Parts: sequence; C-alpha cells; structure tokens
Amino acid sequence: MDIKDIIKPENKVYAKTPILTDAVMHYCPGCTHGVVHKLIAEVIEEMGIQDKAIGISPVGCAVLAYNYIDIDWEQSAHGRAPALATATKRLNPDKYVFTYQGDGDLASIGTAEVMHACNRGENIVIIFINNAIYGMTGGQMAPTTLLGQVTATTPYGRDAKLNGYPMKITELLAQLEGTCYVTRQSAHNPAAVRKAKKAIRKAFENSMMEKGTSFVEIVGTCNSGWKLTPVKANKWMEENMFPFYPLGDMKDR
Amino acid sequence: MAEKILMKGNEAIAHGAIRCGADGYFGYPITPQSEVMETLMEEKPWETTGMVVLQAESETSSINMVYGGASTGKKVMTSSSSLGISLMAEGLSYLAGAELPCVVVNVMRGGPGLGTIQPSQADYFQAVKGGGHGDYKMIVLAPASAQDMYDFVGKGFDLAFKYRNPVMILSDGVIGQMMEKVELGEMKPRRTSEEVAQQCPWALTGKHSGRNRNIITSLALDPNVQEKTNQRLQAKYAEIEKNEVICQTYRTEDAEHLFVAYGSMSRICEAVVDQAREAGYKVGLLRPVTLYPYPTANIQALVPQLKSIMAVEMSAGQMVEDVRLAVEGKVPVNFYGRMGGMIPSPDDIFEAFVKSINK
Amino acid sequence: MKEELIIAGFGGQGVLSMGKILAYSGIMQDKEVTWMPSYGPEMRGGTANVTVILSDKKIGSPILSKCDTAIILNQQSMDKFEGMVKPGGLLIYDPNGITRHPERKDINICSIEAAEESARIGNLKAFNMIVLGAFLKKKPVVSMESVVKGLKKSLPERHHHLIPMNEQAIKIGMDKVVDTNVL
Repeated sequence: MDIKDIIKPENKVYAKTPILTDAVMHYCPGCTHGVVHKLIAEVIEEMGIQDKAIGISPVGCAVLAYNYIDIDWEQSAHGRAPALATATKRLNPDKYVFTYQGDGDLASIGTAEVMHACNRGENIVIIFINNAIYGMTGGQMAPTTLLGQVTATTPYGRDAKLNGYPMKITELLAQLEGTCYVTRQSAHNPAAVRKAKKAIRKAFENSMMEKGTSFVEIVGTCNSGWKLTPVKANKWMEENMFPFYPLGDMKDR
Repeated sequence: MAEKILMKGNEAIAHGAIRCGADGYFGYPITPQSEVMETLMEEKPWETTGMVVLQAESETSSINMVYGGASTGKKVMTSSSSLGISLMAEGLSYLAGAELPCVVVNVMRGGPGLGTIQPSQADYFQAVKGGGHGDYKMIVLAPASAQDMYDFVGKGFDLAFKYRNPVMILSDGVIGQMMEKVELGEMKPRRTSEEVAQQCPWALTGKHSGRNRNIITSLALDPNVQEKTNQRLQAKYAEIEKNEVICQTYRTEDAEHLFVAYGSMSRICEAVVDQAREAGYKVGLLRPVTLYPYPTANIQALVPQLKSIMAVEMSAGQMVEDVRLAVEGKVPVNFYGRMGGMIPSPDDIFEAFVKSINK
Repeated sequence: MKEELIIAGFGGQGVLSMGKILAYSGIMQDKEVTWMPSYGPEMRGGTANVTVILSDKKIGSPILSKCDTAIILNQQSMDKFEGMVKPGGLLIYDPNGITRHPERKDINICSIEAAEESARIGNLKAFNMIVLGAFLKKKPVVSMESVVKGLKKSLPERHHHLIPMNEQAIKIGMDKVVDTNVL
C-alpha cells in the first residue's frame, strides 16, 4: 500500500483548524501554550468569529501569540493587557476581545489592571496561563511559584519569609462583583483539554452577553523552567500544583 | 459667528474632544487638570456622539487603554499632569513604537517628585527629547490660550493620524486653570466603522478574507528588523520636521533683541515686549507653537538682525538648549526662568532682560 | 479700555465666583477677558485670589506685576496685594477683620462693610455681590444689564431665581461704598 492510497478525504480523522497559522511555534516541546493556542483557534473557528475576534498578547513567552492565531492582534506592555482590552471592547462592542497572559504578566506587574478590569465587569475574556514561573526570562520566581519551589531567583526554594506566599489570583478575582465566570482548568490530558475548550468557548460566548468578565485560568507546565521532561513535568504539576490550585469552576452566573 | 463661551483651558480640552469627533477619553484625576475628565463626565458625550469616557485606575492604565483604543483606529486620548505623564512614559514609547495615533495632554505642574500643583514648564525635555525609552519622537503642541486648548485637540488628532504618531499637547497650570473666551467650532461627527476601516487599513477592525491579519506591536526580536523599523521612524520624523513646524512672531520686524518663549510664558513675554518697547528697547518675541518639530529655521532667520536672545521658561532652562542649538553661537543666548511653580511677572522678566543686555 | 484687577480673600468668600461674574459680564459687552485663579487646597478655607483682566483688545499676559484695582477681603491679602496697586489705582476693602488698614497715599481707597451688610439683610451669601457693587460704583467697567446677563450665563438655570437678590446686593454695595482716601 502506497502512502497516496492513505491520504484520501474519506480517511481524514483530524485537521488543524485554519485559524492556526502554519508558523512553527517557538514554544518548547512539552509547553502548555501550544495546546491552549489551538483550543482558542478552534473555538474561534467553531463560533465563526475570525472577523470579530481581537486578541491581546502579553509580555512573556506568549508575546508572539499573534504569529500563530490568524486574527487581528494587539501586543501589550507587560501586565497591561486588560487595560488595552477594556478600551478595545468599549470602543468596539461588536468584537470578541480577549487577553492571553501568563502569571508574571497578570499576577505580578499587571495586578492592578486585571483587578480593575474584572471589577468594572468589562465584557472581555481573560485567558490566564499559570505555570508558576517566569518562562521567557529564564525561570525566575513568579507570584504563583509554590513554597519550596526552586527557581533561578529562589535557588534554595521559595521561602515565605523572604518571598511571601504563592498568590491565588483567580480566587481573588472570583470575589469581585464584576466577574461572571471564573474557572481553573488544565490541559495535560485529553479529558482536561476537552473541558478547557468548553470553558474557553463559554467565556467567549459570555463576552457578548453583557454579563461581565470571564476569567479562565489554565494551570500549565513549564518543563524547561522546571527543568523536567514533559512527562515528569505533568506529573509534578498533578502532585504539586493541583493540590494548591484546585481545578474547577469558582463562579458561574 | 459661533458663540463665545467663558471656560477654563481644561474645559476647552474636553469640549474640543467632543466636537472634533473623538471616540474615547481615558484618564485619572490629578491637579491641575482634573476639569478635563470632570467636564466630559458632566457633558455625557456617550449619550450624544457615542464617545466613550472612562476613569481608569491609574495613569498607567489610562495610557494603555489609549493604546488599546488606538489599535482599532479610534480617535482616543488621555490627559494628566507631570508625574502622571512620567507613569505613562512606557506606554508613550510603546505607542510611538507601534506607530499608533493618539492625543496626550500634559498640564504641567512643578517637580521633581510630587512637587507642587502650581504651574511649571519643566517637562519640556520629557516631552520633546523622549521621556520614554528608545529613539522616538512625539509631535508636541504648546497652547497659549484656552482657545488653543480647544483647537489643538482636533489639530492634534489630524496630525496623529496623518503620521500614525502620538501627539502631545504640552500645557501648564496657567493655561489649564485660566478662563478665557472660547469659540466652539462645528460639531464633527465621529467616524463610522467603515470610514475607520477605509482610512486606517492598519487598524484592528477584524480579520476577514479580504486582507491579512493586522498586528499592532512594537516588538522585533531580530535586530535587523528593528533597525529597519527605526530607520522608517526616523524618516517619518524627518517628514514631520519638514512639514509641520508652527511658530508665531510678535514685533520682530526691526527687533534687535528676541524673546523666545512658549505656552503661558509667551503670553507674559508679549506684555514684556510692549513694556520694553515703551522703554526704548527694540524687542520682539518668537513663540514656538510646535515644540517638536522645533522652529529652528525660523530662529536662524532672525539671527542676522539680533544682538541677543533671551529664552524665558518656568524651568531651570530646557527649551533654551534648542535655541542655542539653533543659533550655533552666533548671538548670545540668555535665559530667565522661575521654578517650582513660581510664575514670573512681566516686571521680573523685563528686569532680567535689561540686566542681560547691560552685563 | 483695559482694567486689570486682583480679588483676594478667604476661600469660601466667593472671590473666584465674583471674578467669574465680572468676566462673564465683560463678555456680554464683547470685551476680551482672562480669569486666572489661585488653585489647589488653599481654595478650601485658606486664602484665594483671582486675577481678572477686561480689555477691548487681545490680552497678552494673564499674570500681572501691577494692577489697576485690588479688592481685598482679609488681612493676609492686604499684606500681599496693597503694594501691587498702580499709583493712582484703586483699593477696595472690607474693614471687617482687618487689623492693619491700607496706608498708601498715592492710590484711591474705599471701604465697603460687606460682611456687616450681608448679615443685616440676612443673606451672608450676598457678601461678594455687595463687594462687586462697591467696585462697579467706583469703576463702572461693565453695566448692570451686562452683570445680570452674565449671572444668567454663569449660574445654572435652577439658580436663576436668585438673580434679583444678587442685583439687590450689588445695589447695596453701590450705596454703601465709602471713600477713605481720595486723590
């Protein structure tokens, strides 16, 4: 049997969404970003909103997200994506506006912006990738870094006395009146991926219903930063991240 | 003729924004410019023109909201005072790097630090020479009256969109707080989505099959690409320098001595020119209206007839450096300034002038 | 015609609004005007002052070295602004609370018991209009008609019923102003 006999429309079981570009991703093998990018692209395709979606990329590993998802993009200053999204959505209420931010961007330098955008109940989607580390700058401590976790700036492990405690920003945002949907998901196995996609779709749908801000945290791995193989990183995440950052909806109204 | 209304310079900014068809204002309260947002909130333009007005949580957020709005081709603006502008420096550099049009108003107060709420012109360097990081320029307009404040908003947007570049209106507490007659121009409608898409093909209006996706970014990891970006920006700045210089002169025809002053100080120096003329001195005034691009050639043209120049500023001497660069040592350039929120009176300046030419 | 004046007193005495009404009145007579206030926390109880210029021609400096008229409503302002009146100019003050009366001999000086008069008519808010009346009696730079028009312009509609009271207060000021030094 020749390969040409296999490549036939009737044999097709999977196709990459055309909303994902053909650019080769710069993410490390094993990184969660690629999976989440694909989920967002699929949701945009399935909802038929390519011409209505505006993405806002952060500073951090996902700064180049605009190379991979074929929609209009703004690239934000570090932490300010929710401010950009606020104005973008208010001035263009017919658009689906989302930010895509990591934990350093969203939960450290951008704390004020995300708090206030959520508190105003901006009708936007915030996708928050929490991998408990600064990936792009080379694996330094993030606000979400676990106690005892070794990073480039906590070489002896995060010490609460020296560095404070890991921040559960998603729980904080769930307290705000302005958020309508706050959930924590992961993307480490097929079941989790399916659930995460459902959450992202719901968040996008909410943004046209004037219900307030939808916030989707995705606990992910940074196997390079964590200095683990992808498989071991997934295991470490399940054993260490999930107990502290439990998965599930915190708010849905 | 349209009705003339008594209003503060700050209020004129707000009316100028509504009437020139601005789409959005994002700001944070700070003295001495809070009346800008207060007036907008009072006027409720979202009910008439559809203009969005939002009080942000900080100046940092304001300028980034401007970035977000400008990315979609909308006419958006913010206003603040000195220290608030310092907080915006990162955003201004991003806006310039991503080539986004916007209007930013700085109603200057005295610094450094928390300083004073009284008027100052000590942010000239910040506005004209950078303030944020990287090789970038803002077009800088210096209003000298409430009418200028009104007019410069619309003019600022025109320039901002013509060059895809941030425009700063560099004002101060005198011009912001002073009330004068303002003639309100005609109400210009906001642009429709179709007009935005047509006039700003770069704007984020939604990717469709007719075009590639638009990306607003100031990032280029490849230095070869970043250098090209810089070269393109510099070429644009050269165009701006060639086309957009504005300056005014007062009694310079036979002047032997020249005051150079901008904004509120140009008003005060105008009175000093009259006072000095009465005392027998042949004095004139040159008022740069654009601080970037600077009226270098206009100053140079007057040099042959001059015995001296005096720059007058509410600062330790910032714009005076550009005067000196312009005259290249061909005539003495003196300086008189007050700092920290002190406003020189016409007598103060006249006295300093007489002293400077008799020394 | 050009009239450059400074009005100075405590925050809350209506110094800034008196200046504003005068500026509006000037506009009604097609004059050029500038109104430059002191601003900031001092407005809330401390000293407040405003520079008002009315002119037939375009106004250059809104900041003055010397003024034609100073209207002075507390001691701090007397200390600060008495010296700024041009020789031959006018100083109007309310003696209430003044411990050191004006001493200059080269200017016209008038007093107006505005605090007392406003208490007498039972309307403390009329204070600044009484002072304005005193000024307009001495320097009729704008007509009463323009002042009424200016009030209409500067007051929100819901306060327009107060205009006759203001008019009456201005007339009281005109009646009660007393010369204390005449050149």
